[in-house]
Amino acid sequence: MSGGVGGGLTVVAPGPLTTVQDLGRPGLAGVGVGRSGACDRASAALANRLVGNEPGAAVLEATLGGLVLRAEADLLVVTTGARCPGSGVHDAPGLLRAGGTLALGTPPAGLRTYLAVRGGIAVEPVLGSRSTDLLAGLGPPALRPGDVLPVGPPTGDVPGVDVAPVPDPPGGEVTVRLLPGPRADWLTPAALDVLGSAAWTVTAESNRVGLRLDGPRLERRESGELPSEGLVRGALQVPPSGAPVLFLADAPVTGGYPVAGYVADDDVDRCAQLRPGQALRLRTGTPAGRRAR
Amino acid sequence: MRVLPSGSTALLVELADLDEVLDLYAALEEDRPPGVVDLVPAARTVLVVTDPAQTTLDAVEAAVRRTVPRPGRRVGAEQVEVPVVYDGEDLGDVAAHLGVDPAEVVRRHAGTEWTVAFSGFAPGFGYLTPADGTWDVPRRPSPRTRVPAGSVALAGGFTGVYPRESPGGWQLVGRTDVAVFDLSRDPAALLRPGVRVRFVAVS
Repeated sequence: MSGGVGGGLTVVAPGPLTTVQDLGRPGLAGVGVGRSGACDRASAALANRLVGNEPGAAVLEATLGGLVLRAEADLLVVTTGARCPGSGVHDAPGLLRAGGTLALGTPPAGLRTYLAVRGGIAVEPVLGSRSTDLLAGLGPPALRPGDVLPVGPPTGDVPGVDVAPVPDPPGGEVTVRLLPGPRADWLTPAALDVLGSAAWTVTAESNRVGLRLDGPRLERRESGELPSEGLVRGALQVPPSGAPVLFLADAPVTGGYPVAGYVADDDVDRCAQLRPGQALRLRTGTPAGRRAR
Repeated sequence: MRVLPSGSTALLVELADLDEVLDLYAALEEDRPPGVVDLVPAARTVLVVTDPAQTTLDAVEAAVRRTVPRPGRRVGAEQVEVPVVYDGEDLGDVAAHLGVDPAEVVRRHAGTEWTVAFSGFAPGFGYLTPADGTWDVPRRPSPRTRVPAGSVALAGGFTGVYPRESPGGWQLVGRTDVAVFDLSRDPAALLRPGVRVRFVAVS
């Protein structure tokens, strides 16, 4: 990742985990490559809009803050998502002067902070995307101290927004919509009721691949083996242990455990901001305009 | 055909068997309904992934139901040879399961033409089906935490080559130096759906 020309960003400290992310690699599931991309797509898209980037420009995804960057030129930057103390440019684009540093503290709520720089992070794409896919091992490695990140040329106009009025990720219990999954009938009716009523706790084993949820054990009606089948982010898979996994950006292309439900696509971004220990409720229902079948 | 709900962006189409899956996948791949961004064929299903900004699930379901499957199109012209050192740790278990000796397993594995049916699990991992013979070998009771890259393995009627080191529950029969996934190559995946494969025993 080093070797970038002047005018970029130098990584002083990467924090617990910072990766480069864009819209991911759609269309390659046929050769076993998942989509990946920014975990909280809405926050990443907002960051790009605020500095006048194309939607497909690459941003940095910092996990629990800790990221320290030094600018090698005057750069227009913004952070979105989890609000980190010290940012100074959160939801509000600002100039980072050449030689100046930006140091993100630990956010009090939310998990993932997106940093966009005008022109986009211009590391080499892999299979058409600059995203790091932690499950597949594709894309640039996670940031390390001393990495120099090249910045691309500006594209569109700067939108001229001072502050984007968006709410910060909440710290308490979060409720999202759960839609029917293809193998809901592999759970007992009682387990399906529990799924839609319990408060699930996000465990510390969660990552970009998925959230592991702790709560009442879900009983399966079918005990057999399911041949692996395709899934995408938002899938709620129930392994024999009965503890569900909610897949996020680096979801596998196929999975062999039954998918009992899907979090509504718009709500998956909010799940990407949940921290270990936070509570999640899954409100079941049928999507508008779509009949149950 | 059963169309199963899969959230707000996807449909899971369930079919009778792998042949039906591949026939429908071939037709959908050649003429994708508008708004379909990805297709994931598997042993019994095709996942149809849509962009909700471009279409609705009802429109895509109607298009899928109108699609005429294309029998036989899955076998492409491309043929690759994969040299294999047949010294896998599970060769004996596979032989016992099939009721033959290890040399016969090697003879059969290298003696049949395999075709990549679909991909999954990891970038470049192809599920290969045999032109003749049955290979109903179960997965290992407990998956290995570390399977070396290049391992040639069997499970559930399929054979495959691990593209990189990963955990895995398939039965290992050998290894190859062929890179089945190489980012410096275009396409990066050697074993894409439709590619015919011959394994060649080397020592």
